[in-house]
Amino acid sequence: MAKDALMDFDKALEKFEPVIGLEVHVELSTKTKMFSSASNIFGADPNTAVTPVCLGLPGSLPVVNKEAVRYSISLGLALGCEIAETCRFARKNYFYPDLAKNYQISQFDEPIAFEGSLEVELDNGDIVTIPIERAHMEEDAGKLTHVGGATGRIQGAEYSLVDYNRAGVPLVEIVTKPIYGTEGRAGEVARAYVSTIRDIVRGLGISEARMERGNLRCDANVSLRPRGDEKLGTRTETKNVNSLRSIERAIRYEIQRQAALLDKGTAIIQETRHWHEDTGTTSPGRPKSDADDYRYFPEPDLLPIRPSRELVDELRAALPEPPAAQRRRLKAEWGFSDVDFQSIVNAGLLVEVRETVEAGANPQSARKWWMGELSRTANEMNVEPSSLVTPTQVAELQSAVEAGTINDKLAREALAGLIANEGTVAEIIEKRGLTVVSDDGALIAAIDAALASQPDVLEKIASGKVEAAGAVIGAVMKAMGGKADAARVRELVIERASA
Amino acid sequence: MSDLTRLSAAEQSALLESREISSVELTKAHLNRIAETDGDIGAFLHVSDDALTIADEVDAARAGGVELNPLAGIPVAVKDVLCTLDMPSTAGSKILEGWVPPYDATPVARLRAARMPILGKTNMDEFAMGSSTEHSAYGITRNSWDRTRIPGGSGGGSASAVGAFQASLALGSDTGGSIRQPAAFTGTVGMKPTYGGVSRYGAIALASSLDQVGPVTRTVLDAGLLHDIIGGYDHHDSTSIADEWPSFADAARRGARGESLKGLRVGVVKELDQPGFQPGVSARFHETLTMLAAEGAEIVDVSAPNFEYAVAAYYLILTAEASSNLAKFDSVRFGLRVTPSGTPTVEDVMSATREAGFGAEAKRRIILGTYALSAGYYDAYYGSAQKVRTLIQRDFAAAFAQVDVLVSPTAPTTAWTLGEKLDDPLAMWLSDITTIPVNMAGIPGISIPIGLADEDQLPVGLQIMAPAREDARLYEVAAAIEALLDAKRGSTFSALTPAYNGGAS
Repeated sequence: MAKDALMDFDKALEKFEPVIGLEVHVELSTKTKMFSSASNIFGADPNTAVTPVCLGLPGSLPVVNKEAVRYSISLGLALGCEIAETCRFARKNYFYPDLAKNYQISQFDEPIAFEGSLEVELDNGDIVTIPIERAHMEEDAGKLTHVGGATGRIQGAEYSLVDYNRAGVPLVEIVTKPIYGTEGRAGEVARAYVSTIRDIVRGLGISEARMERGNLRCDANVSLRPRGDEKLGTRTETKNVNSLRSIERAIRYEIQRQAALLDKGTAIIQETRHWHEDTGTTSPGRPKSDADDYRYFPEPDLLPIRPSRELVDELRAALPEPPAAQRRRLKAEWGFSDVDFQSIVNAGLLVEVRETVEAGANPQSARKWWMGELSRTANEMNVEPSSLVTPTQVAELQSAVEAGTINDKLAREALAGLIANEGTVAEIIEKRGLTVVSDDGALIAAIDAALASQPDVLEKIASGKVEAAGAVIGAVMKAMGGKADAARVRELVIERASA
Repeated sequence: MSDLTRLSAAEQSALLESREISSVELTKAHLNRIAETDGDIGAFLHVSDDALTIADEVDAARAGGVELNPLAGIPVAVKDVLCTLDMPSTAGSKILEGWVPPYDATPVARLRAARMPILGKTNMDEFAMGSSTEHSAYGITRNSWDRTRIPGGSGGGSASAVGAFQASLALGSDTGGSIRQPAAFTGTVGMKPTYGGVSRYGAIALASSLDQVGPVTRTVLDAGLLHDIIGGYDHHDSTSIADEWPSFADAARRGARGESLKGLRVGVVKELDQPGFQPGVSARFHETLTMLAAEGAEIVDVSAPNFEYAVAAYYLILTAEASSNLAKFDSVRFGLRVTPSGTPTVEDVMSATREAGFGAEAKRRIILGTYALSAGYYDAYYGSAQKVRTLIQRDFAAAFAQVDVLVSPTAPTTAWTLGEKLDDPLAMWLSDITTIPVNMAGIPGISIPIGLADEDQLPVGLQIMAPAREDARLYEVAAAIEALLDAKRGSTFSALTPAYNGGAS
């Protein structure tokens, strides 16, 4: 693959104005699928969470999941959308092996929610309003694994495997209107937007919203127009953007790539592009223009949906507080400084910290875990911190620390156990033998051994140099493999010195 | 005791209930009849090896005093468009050759729940696309009245099976006349219920907004009995009607007692009674009107000006929906797979499979439907067709404001000879001109035999139509007319069937 020429980012912005548009797919966490009674679960053996409907078997028929409709209405309301009095499903026809019926049941000209807007907060606290065109319901496709090719793509693969467990999982697709005026912050705006949607759907409890699992997916449309032009440029749609960080990077990349082409007088091809996390580049997928005839028509197997105004009012009344208001409240409740609180927001970890606090941890510890050890590990593994552990697990871990069962060092080891899916906090402490030793007999024996090689320590302590105990504590911790209760060791050493 | 097969299902039921015969005897009689005659008739694609086991179980249950459905133990034939757990379900297409579904269609599940032995699966035009059963990938079916003629279609297999006394009951499906037209051609009774009256779950879809499963029998009462079993709400089909339905068998019995015709307002649709129709068809139809008038019915001429566009609009809606419904036949999950040589892509495999697996008529309709839905043509074709559909519904509404039922000949002609229209698709399509408006409006329609055409001595059908959800009214009126004709004739219509006990024609 030839390397794309890129224009310097600042130079690109001098010459061109970026216009972005975002399509966010949210997988709903309903018990069953959008149109069938098959279980909506992640990680089951391939093709076990399926019914004749998910497999598109002849004669099978879809039936709308009422829960998914309620979730979609709630999401529409949280995005400030109007909820349609009547809406319909439509068939989007195209052949692809992950699409069991070779049409996707989606919504076309009559979406359930439309005309909304969402305020998102940038790193520096600026608020940007994103105009929302529509939010519509549809079903997810199956998952393809291409085997035997160099690229992992369908082209060149020897054969492909299809898992229809994901086929029919309920999705809401949220489509923005063109977003103007983002300038050099286009990528940041997109990241903040997706992050806000993630907070909203988690707040509503309608999606796991884990990007690395594909619960939340973003396609980024980018076009450039020369400064002063009215007409929008040709856009590309970048897919496969699986983290908040990559959204920002992918948009930045596309701006630089397109600017370089336009500057040379080369036309932009309207196409789908794939984001490559490893190289930080995009590559062309299929051209869009000639494959765009999806032959939409109203789905004849389903009746129109007419959400009652009572239902809409009921769901509106049940909406959680909007993210901005919630942030103000949490910051005050937790007593955090602007800097500390904003760092959590910027890291996209507010929901995790909030849920950890809700699960019983104190705010400072919750913040420490997510912003510290978990962020560090996630960064090393190149995943989102939220994919490592659940807030409840973190709260359990902290509670074990506060109960004195484990110390900070052992807690980090227990966390590694949680990340490796070894069981509950209690099970990991048990299995890995992580309990701190608070048996005085064992500690005194270790202290005696340490004192034998450092006989002058007791005198130093007795003469008021209490910090000299540190050397003994260190030796005892080392001797006991880090499992000693350091505070108790300290007490015992000082006791000995004053005896 | 092979004349058991000549009895209606209601008569067979009475003998079973009085223990004069067993279900095993009755089922054997039909299996024997199939073995003797089906080599030439060709009604069945698959004969079940399980029917006698079910019959035996029903006999045991009856002996044990278990309360049973009136049709329990009476064997039934099922159109191959319906999914059956224990038998291949091909919809007459090579692309589904040998495919055994992992589930039963709801109407089939209901037959089983009523403990009816299933005799087998009946032949049909591929994916129910056709009016003669000549478009089946598995060969033709002959008309039980004249084996040089087609039995109608798409459900020629079910109609001929019932007409040839291979079964007293069968299930069909009707998208534009596929139950009613074969019924007319084979002298049987065929009922297309109100759209949503019988679940479509497990019926391999042709056109989702038009398809409806219904009974094929030799008497109106039998159709009512069967409809009572297969009909009613099913949560697997979103277009299924949730209301309670009255007993259709009771409606038929009420009609057979007489009185139902007195004061009945019967509308004759001008557009469905044309001078170009076969003279023998028109003659029987007008005789029937005269008879109804003599019984005190009020005959009213009504006009449905938009019916003129029904066939054109129908073939846009049907092909559009079919092009999408048939997209799933791509070799990936089930059915035929054809792998071209070399290093084919998945698109190459899909394409080769569809090329080899679909017959000419299926391809014709897929291409038409794909075109009708294409960007830039949608409004002109599919969009306009939907508007026509609304106009047809209004025509019916206006007509039903004046009359209780509408009537027409079920088909413009009697059964034509094998091969006659095979090279003229348009002529074939136009043969459904009388039945199509009913599907476009989603209303119920029934065809009953009213006599033989003078010129060819072949059965002529009367189509009776009622407003949506008034299926019971159809059973009552149809049974009343049937009783009157039987009385005049001194026998049932099926007693006129030419004798045939096997052997080539």
